[in-house]
Amino acid sequence: MQNNRALEIGVGLFLLAGVLALLLLALRVSGLAVGAGQDTYKVYAYFDNIAGLTVRAKVTMAGVTIGKVTAIDLDRDRYAGRVTMELMEEVNNLPVDSTASILTAGLLGEKYIGLSVGGEAEVLENESVIHDTQSSLVLEDLIGKFLLNSVNKGESD
Amino acid sequence: MSADDTYAVELKEVTFTRGSRTIFDSVDIRIPRGKVTGVMGPSGCGKTTLLRLIAAQLKPDSGQVWVNGRNLPELSRADLFDMRKQFGVLFQSGALFTDLDVFENVAFPLRVHTKLPDEMIRDIVLMKLEAVGLRGALELAPDELSGGMKRRVALARAIALDPQILLYDEPFVGQDPIAMGVLVRLIRLLSDTLGITSILVSHDLAETASIADYLYVVGDSQVLGQGTPAELMNSENPRIRQFMQGIPDGPVPFHYPAPDYRTDLLGGD
Amino acid sequence: MRKVLPLLERIRLLGRSGLDVLEALGRSTLFLLRVLLGRGQFGSGFQLLVRQLYSVGVLSLPIIVVSGVFIGMVLSLQGYNILSSYGSEQAVGQMVALTLLRELGPVVTALLFAGRAGSALAAEIGNMKSTEQLSSLEMIGVDPLKYIIAPRLWAGFISMPLLAMIFSVVGIWGGAMVAVDWLGVYDGSFWANMQNSVSFSEDVLNGLIKSVVFAFVVTWIAVFQGYDCEPTSEGISRATTRTVVYASLAVLGLDFILTALMFGDF
Repeated sequence: MQNNRALEIGVGLFLLAGVLALLLLALRVSGLAVGAGQDTYKVYAYFDNIAGLTVRAKVTMAGVTIGKVTAIDLDRDRYAGRVTMELMEEVNNLPVDSTASILTAGLLGEKYIGLSVGGEAEVLENESVIHDTQSSLVLEDLIGKFLLNSVNKGESD
Repeated sequence: MSADDTYAVELKEVTFTRGSRTIFDSVDIRIPRGKVTGVMGPSGCGKTTLLRLIAAQLKPDSGQVWVNGRNLPELSRADLFDMRKQFGVLFQSGALFTDLDVFENVAFPLRVHTKLPDEMIRDIVLMKLEAVGLRGALELAPDELSGGMKRRVALARAIALDPQILLYDEPFVGQDPIAMGVLVRLIRLLSDTLGITSILVSHDLAETASIADYLYVVGDSQVLGQGTPAELMNSENPRIRQFMQGIPDGPVPFHYPAPDYRTDLLGGD
Repeated sequence: MRKVLPLLERIRLLGRSGLDVLEALGRSTLFLLRVLLGRGQFGSGFQLLVRQLYSVGVLSLPIIVVSGVFIGMVLSLQGYNILSSYGSEQAVGQMVALTLLRELGPVVTALLFAGRAGSALAAEIGNMKSTEQLSSLEMIGVDPLKYIIAPRLWAGFISMPLLAMIFSVVGIWGGAMVAVDWLGVYDGSFWANMQNSVSFSEDVLNGLIKSVVFAFVVTWIAVFQGYDCEPTSEGISRATTRTVVYASLAVLGLDFILTALMFGDF
């Protein structure tokens, strides 16, 4: 039946459109990487204070995104926050003494991790740890320090 | 205690209640095989319920419904499914499936109950439609048919599986005289030529009496009377007489129960 | 001659209506179980499903697409006005996408679906009941729950999540059109901001789960109301009204619960 055929084609197109929509949402809107990934390797970094950093924050070097934060937890023994990052395999020439710092995009923007290159010949590998870290800038601490300084100054005068 | 072979359907002491209303109170009805039996009664006395009991769409509260030697309330679902091949039902409104055309409507029971090849189904459907005179309407949709034609297509569907028992629910309601005449002829013809047991539930006195071999009059959750049409016409029972002769007032009162007329008019409080 | 009911009588009526609600709930649950679990299906279930997918899903597409585009455009316009006063208008993409994926996509789709497809389902089934088509099927030996109700139920389950996805996509597209082409938000930062903040597993999937739940509830209410209605024309019109009212209330109430469960703990 001709009528039946048109109906089936319509339904087929509808299902296709639905699946396509899901695909678009996955790739274009949520930026899910195809094939679950390009090869990555894992690097850990310990911070005294990760304040405000969240999972899925980007990891950049020279402003270019080279990976993302995949987990944040507390190291019980060190009392420090441990950040797990996944970096792209193609950036496999980072020296072991590279520095990781938690930065803020703009004054009120989101937190991300910036890596700056060290000088050693040895490079970071899977599961290695970045030792040189710089914690998040906490505005309250800064203001506190500033106030304390000005009080001290006032006393010494 | 299998049923007597002269009766296709036997209801024994069937009681059926709906809510607090007793529709049948220990009713006995026997439908002779191969005959046209009419079940008549005033509107709302449970005639349609009776058909549904016979067709096992409803279960009685107590009592037995014997059809072709088997007690329906005791059958399993699978057995009932099988039994239903022996029934054809013509519903009051025809009940054609609105999303199928005439051909598919008549073919539907065949597709459900048989695994016949398509060509054979086509032949059977054409034969059934020819029997009701609507072979030309093969490709029409139900909403393109007139009321009388709908009922004829529904009849073709009801006899598609060559049932032994045909149930008609108010077949004459809302039909013009010609359509009614056609239906009367068809019902009689099916019964006489194929030996089908027909059960006709109706309150159209003249038509029913003209084709029925035997009549039951039900009312007040009882069987009020039974017999051939001629016997009932001359019945002494005032209730039956009122119904058969269409007298407006009698044992079935003209007035709905009400407080005394005079006090109702005067007492304005 | 209206009598004022004594207090005791009113309490009795209240209790009675409470029992009625419970009874309806129980009946509809049994009904659902019988539809989903009952055995024996005649005919090609696939053919029946395709037909219903067409009338429930494909025919709902126009209203979903048109509403989606407009809602996306409005969101973008409103968001831009508010965000630009904080100087962060490039975040409009993120706002539009998250609003659509988490809330408006599933909820508005469900409401539109209840109005368009739900009421049609209830009316169609009610009509079949009043013209004795359901009884007739039963007499022929076909379970109407399987032949009539089940394909419609499944068609609803399947098509509504797809419709919600389509709604979100066209909404985001409409939002992008307004923000980028009209208001002059920079294309790159619009999409980059969106991609950075939308998580597939949290936002897209949670939105999908929501719409699956809504699909289930709305279709269930629609087919039950149709099947349970009084077989008269007033009964049918009451059933369609009830379908839209109950389904909308259920969607909004469930949305709150689901949102609290999914996004409440951070």
